[in-house]
Amino acid sequence: MKELLSGNEAIARGAWEAGARMAVAYPGTPSTEILETMAARHREVCSQWSPNEKVAYEVGIGASLGGARTLVCMKHVGVNVAADPFMTHAYTGVNAGFVLVTADDPEMHSSQNEQDNRFFARFANVPLLEPSDSQEARDMTIAAFQISEEYDTPVIVRVTTRISHSKGVVAVGERISAPERVFVKDAPKYVMVPSNAQKRHVVVRGRLEKLRRFTERTPFNVVEGNGSKVGIITGGVAYQYAKEVLPGADYLRLGFSYPLPLEKIAAFVKSHETVLVVEELEPFYEDQIRAAGIMVEGKKFFGHLGELSPYRVAEGLKAAGVIDKVEVSKISPVENMFPRPPVLCPGCPHRGAFMALRKLKVAVTGDIGCYTLGFTKPLSAMDTCICMGASIGTAIGMEKVHGYAKGAVAVIGDSTFLHSGVTGLMDAVYNNSNVTVMIVDNSATAMTGGQQHPATGRTLMGEPAGTVDIGQLVQALGVKNYRAVDPYDYDQVLETIKEEMAKDGPSVIHTKRPCVLMPKRIMEEPYVVDLEKCNACGACFRISCPAIAAHESTERGHHKAVIDTTLCTGCTLCSQICPEEAIILKSHMVEV
Amino acid sequence: MEKDRFDILIVGVGGQGVLLASEIISEAAIAAGLDVKKSEVHGMSQRGGIVSSHVRLAPKVYSPTIQLGRADFIMAFEQAEGLRALNWMKPEGIAIVSTTTLVPAIVTSSKEFEYPEDAIDQMKAKADNVIVVEADRIAGELGNPRLVNTILLGVLSSLLPFERDIWLQTIRKKVKERFVEVNLKAFERGEQIQQGTVAT
Repeated sequence: MKELLSGNEAIARGAWEAGARMAVAYPGTPSTEILETMAARHREVCSQWSPNEKVAYEVGIGASLGGARTLVCMKHVGVNVAADPFMTHAYTGVNAGFVLVTADDPEMHSSQNEQDNRFFARFANVPLLEPSDSQEARDMTIAAFQISEEYDTPVIVRVTTRISHSKGVVAVGERISAPERVFVKDAPKYVMVPSNAQKRHVVVRGRLEKLRRFTERTPFNVVEGNGSKVGIITGGVAYQYAKEVLPGADYLRLGFSYPLPLEKIAAFVKSHETVLVVEELEPFYEDQIRAAGIMVEGKKFFGHLGELSPYRVAEGLKAAGVIDKVEVSKISPVENMFPRPPVLCPGCPHRGAFMALRKLKVAVTGDIGCYTLGFTKPLSAMDTCICMGASIGTAIGMEKVHGYAKGAVAVIGDSTFLHSGVTGLMDAVYNNSNVTVMIVDNSATAMTGGQQHPATGRTLMGEPAGTVDIGQLVQALGVKNYRAVDPYDYDQVLETIKEEMAKDGPSVIHTKRPCVLMPKRIMEEPYVVDLEKCNACGACFRISCPAIAAHESTERGHHKAVIDTTLCTGCTLCSQICPEEAIILKSHMVEV
Repeated sequence: MEKDRFDILIVGVGGQGVLLASEIISEAAIAAGLDVKKSEVHGMSQRGGIVSSHVRLAPKVYSPTIQLGRADFIMAFEQAEGLRALNWMKPEGIAIVSTTTLVPAIVTSSKEFEYPEDAIDQMKAKADNVIVVEADRIAGELGNPRLVNTILLGVLSSLLPFERDIWLQTIRKKVKERFVEVNLKAFERGEQIQQGTVAT
């Protein structure tokens, strides 16, 4: 049977076919749809969101030890969060098969960096599989469970945005029942105190030697010969780009790419006049191949930054002298085009917070979520964004050294606060910080598509769930100054921030309104602009609402405003800041 | 143009249904017996940013993305986005562009940027085959501004060698049931546009 599947859907399908019984993740682009697919289509698998990737990984360890084949998924930077259990899990090994999917984001379509997570496999000495399309995403996920059990190791399946979010035709199969396993007590294997861990590290090295033999014979590392003098060593989506541009070359396609099949590579290099390594981001293959004394070139021609593409691979091949010319676009790109950055939605409850913060001119340490868009013009109300949960610690440090005269405010969303903001707030309480934290709570993990989390009352599988009360949690941590406010009440938000910043000790301002998109689109009565009253001051343009556009009529050379009533949710913010009271409910507009 | 290889780039703004359109083309192509890959970037798609989808149809497809300057078709649901994406197209390719304009807040709120009101004229100056579709007006007539994507699909369908039935069945399969009838009407309006129209 064949289906059109994205890489993410194919991974879920593969894990299901392999008999996985548990799947755990924290949402993160481009990995999110793996677990969403699992929960929607493969209900036999117990799927859950955990509060962060570290917990997800640890739940996965337990499920694997308990005898269930287990899939754990995260975006590339999520593996940083899970790195602590991951690095030692490489020592203990597994019981039932354990597969970690890392979804990397070359080009940073939706990420803060473009780290190449293939290095995690080498770092921990665990096997690495790199699918190059949806079919391989399914096939390799199934194989990864077998390898995991055969070699007693967690296995990484590494995909990139173009694998995760591209669809292709996939031949699928049926679900098997994985071998029955139960937990067997084995302290020397699972209790990683120094005396045990020292012995397990020896096991890891021995396992690596066995994997070096496996990598030479696995069909995932395959030579595609066309009788060419040019040989290309490649893997992942880079294989597809190279094959597209240079179908006649010989290929050594690396699907099982740690440890590398160095003997196979040496033979391939020896039998070709020119050999190029085509890989995205870091020289992961190239450096290891060169370190083995095999001379190849790659990064010199193809670069380290961003995504590859057929065009970039063609340019690299030309630079390497393998092809004569690159067909360039004959239609010139348009110059000086306006940008179209993503913006907060009409009615987004985060908007009020950023309008107030901009007004106060404080330093705003930000975090990861929709609200990171608060940095964009014309809101321009976020000054830092590093990683999940970083806003609070950053604000504490800035406040401790009096680094900014107007003070610092941390802004963090509900899902991110539960992910890794809680410990930052603990630091604020413990170290007597005067920091002010705004938890902008929209009851969803919104940027990734509105997933559930520990404070929403629903599980990934759609069941009613235990609910963390964020307000009670904050106060239980020892925060004395806790205020819940309505982010649609601009004056209240503004005054609350001013008051809390003036207080000693840490303050938390908790803004609460549901995301306007989730779980269902919120549409109240829309507002309209009374053009007779509008004096084209532009105040409403500066709140950056997509529902507010320039009207053709002008005053003093400036456009008046018009509201798209199909987009307006009736949040009222623009009407609150309009100095002319020209923005009114549609039903209050007197028809002329 | 070879008859069994088509590279189609679909562009628009979050919420315009770019991803649904690319799903429908892909499923239709599979039904017509071709290999398909399509690629897009999710994540920001509901936040008013640019959304683009690469759809590649051939007997065997490798790269999930189109090579710059090699698209056979550009389908643009917003005219400035059509202009922005035009250099992805072959000179002999065909651009199908809706007259829809969506001016972002970053343009209205500052003097720094301008929206190209003459985007379609600029497209015609750069490329020979530009099919201009008043899809926003037609969608309005049909009573749902969200039909721009299906109207343009109708136009595209008249330029691809798939049987009409395949398109209709795919739309029935991919569109939510209560919107099927109006989408079929929109598709038909799109088909009619191309009949007798010479690309200028």
